Amino acid sequence: MSTEQEQKASDNKTSKTVKKLVLVVFAMFGFGFALVPLYDVFCDITGLNGKTATTAASVNEDGIDESRTITVQFISRTAKGIPWQFEPMINEITVHPGEMKLVKFYAKNESVNDIIGQAVPSVSPGRAAIYFQKIECFCFNSQPLKAQEDVEMALQFYVDAELPEEVKTITLSYTLYDITGSVES
Amino acid sequence: MTTEAIHDSHEHDDHHDHKMTGIKRWLYTTNHKDIGTLYLWFAFIMLLFGGALAMMIRVELFQPGLQFVEPDFFNQLTTVHGLIMVFGAIMPAFTGFANWMIPMMIGAPDMALPRMNNWSFWILPFAFSILIASFFMESGAPNFGWTFYAPLSTTYSNGSTAFFVFAVHIMGVSSIMGAINVIVTIMNMRAPGMTYMKMPLFVWTFFITAYLLIAVMPVLAGVVTMLLTDTYFGTSFFDAAGGGDPVMFQHIFWFFGHPEVYIMILPAFGIVSTIIPAFARKRLFGYSSMVYATASIAFLSFIVWAHHMFTTGMPLFGELFFMYCTMLIAVPTGVKVFNWVATMWRGSMTFEIPMLFSIAFVILFTIGGFSGLMLALTPVDFQYHDTYFVVAHFHYVLVTGSLFSIYAGAYYWLPKWTGHMYHDGLSKAHFWCSLISVNILFFPMHFLGLAGMPRRIPDYALQFADFNKWVSIGGFAFGLSQLIFLVVVIKCIKGGKKAEAKPWDGAEGLEWTVASPAPYHTFETPPNAEDIKGQ
Ligand code: HEM
Ligand SMILES: [Cu+2]
Repeated sequence: MSTEQEQKASDNKTSKTVKKLVLVVFAMFGFGFALVPLYDVFCDITGLNGKTATTAASVNEDGIDESRTITVQFISRTAKGIPWQFEPMINEITVHPGEMKLVKFYAKNESVNDIIGQAVPSVSPGRAAIYFQKIECFCFNSQPLKAQEDVEMALQFYVDAELPEEVKTITLSYTLYDITGSVES
Repeated sequence: MTTEAIHDSHEHDDHHDHKMTGIKRWLYTTNHKDIGTLYLWFAFIMLLFGGALAMMIRVELFQPGLQFVEPDFFNQLTTVHGLIMVFGAIMPAFTGFANWMIPMMIGAPDMALPRMNNWSFWILPFAFSILIASFFMESGAPNFGWTFYAPLSTTYSNGSTAFFVFAVHIMGVSSIMGAINVIVTIMNMRAPGMTYMKMPLFVWTFFITAYLLIAVMPVLAGVVTMLLTDTYFGTSFFDAAGGGDPVMFQHIFWFFGHPEVYIMILPAFGIVSTIIPAFARKRLFGYSSMVYATASIAFLSFIVWAHHMFTTGMPLFGELFFMYCTMLIAVPTGVKVFNWVATMWRGSMTFEIPMLFSIAFVILFTIGGFSGLMLALTPVDFQYHDTYFVVAHFHYVLVTGSLFSIYAGAYYWLPKWTGHMYHDGLSKAHFWCSLISVNILFFPMHFLGLAGMPRRIPDYALQFADFNKWVSIGGFAFGLSQLIFLVVVIKCIKGGKKAEAKPWDGAEGLEWTVASPAPYHTFETPPNAEDIKGQ
């Protein structure tokens, strides 16, 4: 082979390798973003992170397991910058797995502005999250409140009978965020 | 582009010493040696700048109470110190070595993509100008830690997020281009007879590092992009109000972050594995096990990221999985340390400066590895996390690990780069002052951490006062000692004893077959590597 041919051959090889590597770079950039839905799917399946379903569950039809009693605790907090009063109207109830319960949360907009709030639930211990079934929840939708307006918000739920034996207490925590800005824009 | 560049260098064949002069030479250069030099100087300047920030941190922490800087400015100092040292000092320094040495080590005339090489260096100063300039803007510099956790860097940002993201994007592009260049060079430009398993270990480790870079720098680019859109464009990747999750930030960040720490140590392994055999006058013990250990460390580095997140409330299974995987990394790492010691065992050792730095590396890096193992134990990490114990750990692996290996390499190849031997007395002073002060600086941090002193806080409880005083004194001494190195390098460039082509009698490798200083163009006709001994 003449040197020129050799040169050509090596240039070809070079540009082939470069193309492959650039492809990998783009693939990994995409992978970074793919981690976002993957993370959600992973948490959904495993119930890790205390994330509960964001849509309503259907009514329980498997009967009630009266042999077990579970304590469900409610806590609430408001994120920085939302001037609302927000608290559960009952702090704690006991339920049998499968038994349906209705509890209420109280919210009041204490400011002089109209504000849209969004409550985000989280369950502890995390692995109980997938067994916590919400039939109706104020967290499925945002909640607009006019200045000084107040509201009682409903949560209807049951605890799935499949809940692991060791779990005796479930804590449901709601954090309330001000989403007025992002709804209006 | 590449074709052109390669042809260029051919046309220059007959007038070898034709170079542009002055600033233009450096701006337009596509010569791997020039670019290597640029990278190394840039890294050193960044080291001094990042060091100056650290000095301010240590001044503030010299005594309890707030005396010199505002807490917010203190946060800016720790953040920018970390970013500069990681992305501005350690990484560019290794890239500088790669540029200078890889073509010479594998018998290639230059890097495969010389024009791109020029770009990947010259965008770096812009990235760091942006980062540093943010100190002087209304917002102030980034103050959310080098790990820029959301929501600190989104909801609670001081307004520096955009500059920060832009700077990181540029650094990322630069590293990716550099990595592509290295891989292409190694795959396509080895001299005849230079098989993969004959490549010097520095080439191997950088080859694997380059793959790590290509795999994780794009993920870093992705996560800072999400940060940007969360902060300024209303997305909610990390904002629970909009259905996002701040913990997810940590997962994505550390998916980049842990391989990143290996990006900063694998080339160090390569340098030390080159130097120890040269001064023990023995072949490297277990060459192929070194290669496989490097590859397995690189692989494992992808499945241990959550050891930075033990306290985020992971489920038990996750804690255990990441604990065991992390401890698994200690195995290939142990293989390496064993091999270095075995190489020295019964060797006829001499203790020139590169060897001194390398031995210090082996011992002190191992201390850092041990504290890493302690941190990897989930139950005790709950106590150690976010304390000075972590600070002690990563400074042992990064300063006495990566930085010491960089010094070792610099002293080892300075005769080849400049054609002169470095000043003996001054270089000894540099080594011993650094060695002593670095331990006064970082060793007490272990105790501070165990006693519960949190990191990234400008004030502390009275009982930490004594140790902090020593740490600060060690810090100032270490900082000043690095100026000796500056003097050594300048003296070495200006003059000194003439260096032979191979100044170290135990050294091996193609780079020692060319004259010192290395001619501007080397190996334009490939050397025959056939008779290079397998390692
Ligand atoms: C034997 C190997 C190693 C083990 C087992 C190990 C383990 C760990 C663990 C568990 C942490 C998290 C501590 C915490 O935040 O609570 C950590 C932090 C860190 N490690 Fe290592 N490590 C090892 C080697 C290295 C090396 C070689 C480097 C870099 C050259 C490194 C750099 C870091 C850094 C920078 C951090 C702190 C990150 C931050 O929070 O800012 N480690 N290491
Ligand atoms: Cu790590």
